[in-house]
Amino acid sequence: MKLSSDFFEIFAIPVAWQVDSSQLQSRYLKLQQEFHPDRYASHGDTEKRLAVQTASLINQAYDTLKSPLKRAQYLLELKQIDASQDSHITSDGAFLMQQIDLREALSDVRDSADPFAALDSLRSGVESSYAEQQHQFQAQYQLSDFDDAFNTVAKMQFSAKLLDEIEQLEADLEDL
Amino acid sequence: MALLQISEPGQSPQPHQRRHAVGIDLGTTNSLVATVRSGMAEVLADEQGRDLLPSVVHYVTEGVSCVGYEAAEHNVADPLNTLASVKRLMGRGVADIKTFGSQLPYEFAADDGGMPKIKTTAGLVSPIQVSAEILRKLAGRAEIAFDSELDGAVITVPAYFDEAQRQATKDAATLAGIKVLRLLNEPTAAAIAYGLDESERETKGQERTIAIYDLGGGTFDISILRLSKGVFEVLATGGDSALGGDDFDLAIADWLRQQMGMSEDLNPIEQRILLETAKSAKEELTDSTQVELEVLDWQGTLTRELMHSLIDGLIAKTVRACKKSLRDAGVAQTQIDDVILVGGSTRTPRVGDKVAELFDLEPLCSLDPDQVVAMGAALQAEVLVGNKSGDDMLLLDVIPLSLGIETMGGLIEKIIHRNTTIPVAKAQEFTTFKDGQTAMAIHILQGERELASDCRSLARFELRGIPPMVAGAAKIRVSYQVDADGLLSVTARELTSNVESRIEVKPSYGLGEEEITSMLQDSFSHARDDMQARALREQQVEADRMIEDLLAAIYKDGDALLDSEERQCLKVAIQELRDLRETTSEHRVLARQIESVAKASEEFAARRMDVSIKTALAGQTLDEIEKG
Repeated sequence: MKLSSDFFEIFAIPVAWQVDSSQLQSRYLKLQQEFHPDRYASHGDTEKRLAVQTASLINQAYDTLKSPLKRAQYLLELKQIDASQDSHITSDGAFLMQQIDLREALSDVRDSADPFAALDSLRSGVESSYAEQQHQFQAQYQLSDFDDAFNTVAKMQFSAKLLDEIEQLEADLEDL
Repeated sequence: MALLQISEPGQSPQPHQRRHAVGIDLGTTNSLVATVRSGMAEVLADEQGRDLLPSVVHYVTEGVSCVGYEAAEHNVADPLNTLASVKRLMGRGVADIKTFGSQLPYEFAADDGGMPKIKTTAGLVSPIQVSAEILRKLAGRAEIAFDSELDGAVITVPAYFDEAQRQATKDAATLAGIKVLRLLNEPTAAAIAYGLDESERETKGQERTIAIYDLGGGTFDISILRLSKGVFEVLATGGDSALGGDDFDLAIADWLRQQMGMSEDLNPIEQRILLETAKSAKEELTDSTQVELEVLDWQGTLTRELMHSLIDGLIAKTVRACKKSLRDAGVAQTQIDDVILVGGSTRTPRVGDKVAELFDLEPLCSLDPDQVVAMGAALQAEVLVGNKSGDDMLLLDVIPLSLGIETMGGLIEKIIHRNTTIPVAKAQEFTTFKDGQTAMAIHILQGERELASDCRSLARFELRGIPPMVAGAAKIRVSYQVDADGLLSVTARELTSNVESRIEVKPSYGLGEEEITSMLQDSFSHARDDMQARALREQQVEADRMIEDLLAAIYKDGDALLDSEERQCLKVAIQELRDLRETTSEHRVLARQIESVAKASEEFAARRMDVSIKTALAGQTLDEIEKG
């Protein structure tokens, strides 16, 4: 379904990097209270179908705005820049070297004396650089420096992916 | 002076007729049906006053079968024709059955690539048909209680059920002639039963995080929910759709077999006897510390401790699943405010102990663990059928397993990740890789593994009718829509020519639409005329709803959103539909007219939704500004 509203408009908040997450959540619930298909259970099929589509859109909007990475990508998308592809790679050589080191550290975790401690220190490192990247993005976006912002999103993707993998490894370790 | 009531056209208060809705817990071992009476959910008992209905069907000859207690009596004497625990087979393929088929003493018909069929003296039956028999029996119980036809039912499924298993459950209801208001996840149903009953009164307005540990006969579910002001938001769900209390029985039966020095190759009757013995031993050990056993010509003792050693490994599996779901939900063990125990198998004290240990909380079990799911479903059914305004009650569920498609090299590309809130829609674009290519195949899978062969195959779609172009020129947009029941639908469109591609669906394990229709027609309880009349009535209800929806919409938004020509067109369409509804006895003709009115009003509907989304929060924003 095509709506003329962008995701920010749906939640009646300004198009900006900064999002008040508790406000976002309470408005999300309010919208779902109104548009969830269960609210249309006694309506005709057309209205029901429309409710499913609308509720899906609200879910997608919420999912996008609450995640820093997706929100950054979406902000660029609104500027007609496609930053959602996995394949776009930063040209920052030093950053790439650092990523290789981090990946090596991750693959060494299993063999370390205290894997959970190793994982924790790795995670806090990645988390702080992720936070730093978000900061950079915010500044670049505010200055309409979209080329650099695009590059920063690429870095954020690396960090988010690495955090996912750290999480996954922790799950695997706990399962043993 | 009495106030005049003015109602909007199309929303005029019709003589309010109370509709009859039920909640059905279609369980592996037992099923239940519940309804709401004077605001309270209660389980409907049979004529003998029994709440449960054993999920067992005994087939005698073609067209002759019995369901429930009566069927269960044939367990031992006629195991091959007495089908129990078919929930385990719902939405499964023959290959799956082989992995745990040895536990079920049935004879399966040869593999025809689709759904397994069981050989009985009444012919081949599918798990869907067996489930439909059980559902029909429960619906019958309700119809006797209401002395009226059923208007709809909420049917519960394990949260961890994949799409194929959900679809199979819905198909069973269709086959039983039951209108499904919603497929509801069992843990969510349990939370509703508890949520409205206790917590709301005590801690109204507070946000609470609850874990629902649901161990039934054949399935295990864990869900983490956030409850706030009537909103039940599922944060994460997990479990094992093939692990339950039956497995405790199997473990004990296997121990018995070893003690008795019997080979693994038991005949179905021996297998049943061992299972029955194991089951009653397990139940006795709830209260006593040891139990004396006599099976065939063997005698022995089973202590509670020994039983623990037999089942602890199985419980540990559930504990691991709990930890995984907590992680998925982003919630620490210590942040859980309440743990609810659901499912008959949580009566085994060892289970409650291990759960208490994990969460460091005394679990809630004030409602009967066998009944709580059906009760919650009944409460939701009451809202959905329109007897009770939902107030603020809202359920936000998630998809339990990721959906993806097979890509080159047999890998899976995830399209919708697990624990995403539903309903959800995603779209993808594909192109052709050969000149003049007019068709394309898409294989849809569900699961978390990386190899397509390790995931569950849901369906294969064939897109046909792509306009021939040079390779790479066509742009095909495939849209996946998962509804609030967790069911998937797929549409495809070629973007450069705007041609809607035809999709042929071949469900991997379920029934095709045609199969369901033919089964319905074959079904002895639905004579042909009856079917026609029913179909017509359904279309008439749909036509009425559509007319009502449209009139209300035109009244409300017509001035703002329609020009006079559009408005006139819609009015004509509505009138035509109204006339046809009164005159035709052909349900297909009426259905076509409904479809065409739907098309004519699509644009209007989209405009209205657009506006209502824009205005939904307008008041909210003002309020906040005023509050400063």
